[in-house]
Amino acid sequence: MKTITERLRVPGAFLLGAVLLLGIAPVALSDFRLSLLAKYLCYAIVAVGVSLAWGRGGLMVLGQGVFFGLGGYAMAMHLKLADAADTGEKIPDFMQLYGTSDALPWWWKPFANPAFALAMTVLLPMAVAALVGFLVFRRRVKGAYFAILSQALAAALSIWLIGQQATTGGTNGLTDIQGFFGYSLDDPVNQRMVYFVIAAVLLLLMALARQLFVSRYGELLVAVRDSEERVRFLGYDPANVKLVAYVVAAGMAGLAGALFVPAVGIISPALIGIVPSIGFVIGAAVGGRASLVGAVLGAIAVAWAQSTLSDEFPAAWTYLQGLLFVLAVGFLPGGLASLGTVLRRRRTPATPKEEKVVVMAGEAA
Amino acid sequence: MSGEGLTVRDLRVSFDGFTAVDGVDLDIGPGDLRFLIGPNGAGKTTLVDAVTGLVRASGSVRFAGQELLGRPVHRIARLGIGRTFQTATVFEELTVLQNLDIAAGAGRGPLTMLRRRGSVPEPVSRALETTGLTGLRDRPAGILAHGQKQWLEIGMLLVQDVRLLLLDEPVAGMSHEEREATGELLRRVAEDRTVVVIEHDMDFMRSYARSVSVLHAGKVLSEGTVAEVQADAKVQEVYLGRAAEPAAVPVPEEA
Amino acid sequence: MTVVLNQSFTGISIGAVLLLIALGLTLTFGQMGVINMAHGEFIMAGAYTTYVLQKSISSAGLSLLVALPLAFLVAGAMGALLEWLLIRRLYTRPLDTLLVTWGVSLMLQQLARDVFGAPNVQTAAPDLLTGNISAGGVTFANNRLFILGLALLCVLGLTLVLRFTPLGRRIRAVVQNRDLAEVSGIATGRVDRVTFFIGSGLAGVAGVALTLVGPIGPTMGTNYIVDAFLVVVVGGIGQLRGAVITAFALGVLQSVLEYSTTVSVAKVGVLVAIVAFLQWRPQGLYTLRTRSLA
Repeated sequence: MKTITERLRVPGAFLLGAVLLLGIAPVALSDFRLSLLAKYLCYAIVAVGVSLAWGRGGLMVLGQGVFFGLGGYAMAMHLKLADAADTGEKIPDFMQLYGTSDALPWWWKPFANPAFALAMTVLLPMAVAALVGFLVFRRRVKGAYFAILSQALAAALSIWLIGQQATTGGTNGLTDIQGFFGYSLDDPVNQRMVYFVIAAVLLLLMALARQLFVSRYGELLVAVRDSEERVRFLGYDPANVKLVAYVVAAGMAGLAGALFVPAVGIISPALIGIVPSIGFVIGAAVGGRASLVGAVLGAIAVAWAQSTLSDEFPAAWTYLQGLLFVLAVGFLPGGLASLGTVLRRRRTPATPKEEKVVVMAGEAA
Repeated sequence: MSGEGLTVRDLRVSFDGFTAVDGVDLDIGPGDLRFLIGPNGAGKTTLVDAVTGLVRASGSVRFAGQELLGRPVHRIARLGIGRTFQTATVFEELTVLQNLDIAAGAGRGPLTMLRRRGSVPEPVSRALETTGLTGLRDRPAGILAHGQKQWLEIGMLLVQDVRLLLLDEPVAGMSHEEREATGELLRRVAEDRTVVVIEHDMDFMRSYARSVSVLHAGKVLSEGTVAEVQADAKVQEVYLGRAAEPAAVPVPEEA
Repeated sequence: MTVVLNQSFTGISIGAVLLLIALGLTLTFGQMGVINMAHGEFIMAGAYTTYVLQKSISSAGLSLLVALPLAFLVAGAMGALLEWLLIRRLYTRPLDTLLVTWGVSLMLQQLARDVFGAPNVQTAAPDLLTGNISAGGVTFANNRLFILGLALLCVLGLTLVLRFTPLGRRIRAVVQNRDLAEVSGIATGRVDRVTFFIGSGLAGVAGVALTLVGPIGPTMGTNYIVDAFLVVVVGGIGQLRGAVITAFALGVLQSVLEYSTTVSVAKVGVLVAIVAFLQWRPQGLYTLRTRSLA
């Protein structure tokens, strides 16, 4: 059946990724660069979920910022409370500044408990996704409608957060986070620890997503993407199939948001609105939405280019970014992950359908 | 072993004031191979849409003692009713085996779903054999020939263990050989199930139908064996506007 | 009572702005199922057209009048160009156009920054449009009344074009059944381009109107685009009357909620109302009923 090289390909690639992320990167990179990589890896975690929901399930999840934000705020609320407790204050610093009372709002209180806060970073996004998904998929709202609704969701959450300055920090968000479960984030050693946690979570979630991709559920998800009506005639409820992918992707985005907070030290409405939400999808689109590795590498690459180029050449970077989206999504729908296949087909006689892709890629070049 | 019968009573479907199906009664017995024929717009496809829950209808449709109208599509499917469409719809990016495996799995629990497929399930390998697709099982369904896609669709209904198959123009666009192979396949399938076929191809109908219903303007015009229907003066009139042998009339394909 | 009336007028004027923006979208979204994120930048183009005109024509009233048709042409030409360059190639993948046009929108915003500078600019409103009219204790701002009138005029004009011209018949035919229209001898490609021209041109007109109520800036389009898409989703794709009713309904709902709570809570409330509405009518207020599987 399968040769040994084929059998070892996936575990081998996984091992290589683990060595690169956990072994080589921490040694080769400076503290500053490693902390940047930690941030990019958070975006990559979101991309794992995007690859599942969008790449495999065809759900255009343009509101992942909502789940990233819920996870991020859940974590940041706990860390702010812990910081306040360390300095002997009853409420976080920004509340003393903007707030009207000395009492902690009731919905902040449970987040003082670390176990509750940690659970919420994943459960809260999943619960919101389950509710939204249930309402939306059950009524067969799909395609463009779903894309716009999820975008509106991201806009609504960020606008709401901005409006509640006294309890959410408003436009500033929750900033200036000092500690992470008792470890000071100013200490580079602890920053490295945060990096290791993030890299390990990414590898773990990639393994989980890979299992979902090759499982029977993964096949069914592709079937729903390609012909939802047909799946219904086979006796499945496509709404449930989509719901699982949407909720899992939301959980991953939530976890990414939670890890983003200690890595970067801030969570704010600007990080979760419409623009960053599209950004989460763009990375996966550039790398290859249906390919797990493609989506992850795409997310890392776009985030890297963003922070490297935008500082030095802000205008040129914006043009480049726009052009990248147009070319990658418009003319290479499989993303960079499909570049090899497309080029190989160019050399061999192509069937009409494949021909089309090749011609379009050629025009773009 | 035989399948259960389908009973339709006073079925009506209308779209914004236009009545597509206008009081149809049908009794399709267990193990029948029934052909539904009729000119374009007679309401054949709409009838099947109503039975499978795709359009809202009034009246009554009973199968195996259960009322079907008002149930959602996937619930009707779980009662053992399967259909195909005029254009073959298979999951093009999945292999033949994956297509059949998905069709076989509507009752699977979450734990099975989250695991990779171990071996080929028994009903799937039987369906591969019945449809003659065993040799193609690891090919993506998208590259199959037109006829093979239709067989795959029928195979997907078989692994679902469907008791009633509703096929919408299964041989449209097929070559002569493919038609014969499909006819034989339908005969085998009808041995222990009930099959309803919408068809325009009169030769095909004459060769394989056990019984025929002629629909016209949303109503049942005539019903019986092939010979009885062909002899019916009303049928001849509908097909030609004058008395003639209906089978000689080339009926235009539906768009 | 006056409060209710004042608040309803605010809502109707919010609705009028939404309607102006959504009007073009019902055409482009309805026609090809294309989500054109650059629609917001066509609004911006219309606004900057007004700004540039005012530099050469000193009379604010005259420049506004000239700006309306000119902005229509400028934004329309941009839309037709976008359709020709990109969107027609993505016709089989309508969802992907969202990301592609998002890329275009980024580039257009940067272009505006490079040409006009990043800070917002202002235009002077004609004297006639700066005052208020009071009637029965209710205050109507003149500029808001003007936008309301403009929106209704655009609806009327578009309805007439769609109903009574050969072009309109072709557009409706393509919206209802593209394949059939094509085999009936309609050059669907050309109809698409013209539809995009008109739809985007209307965004330009909306941009002119927006200069009366706010500043002009490179990102001004982004603020409105999602709300406008929601109007189309709730109204039903390709349905003018749906868009009209929805735009005013959402506007009034927004202003009522804003009055009783805060702006941010109102936004969330409107979204909840929309999701609830889609439970009842998932395809929007008005739909084209067809037999096809979709």
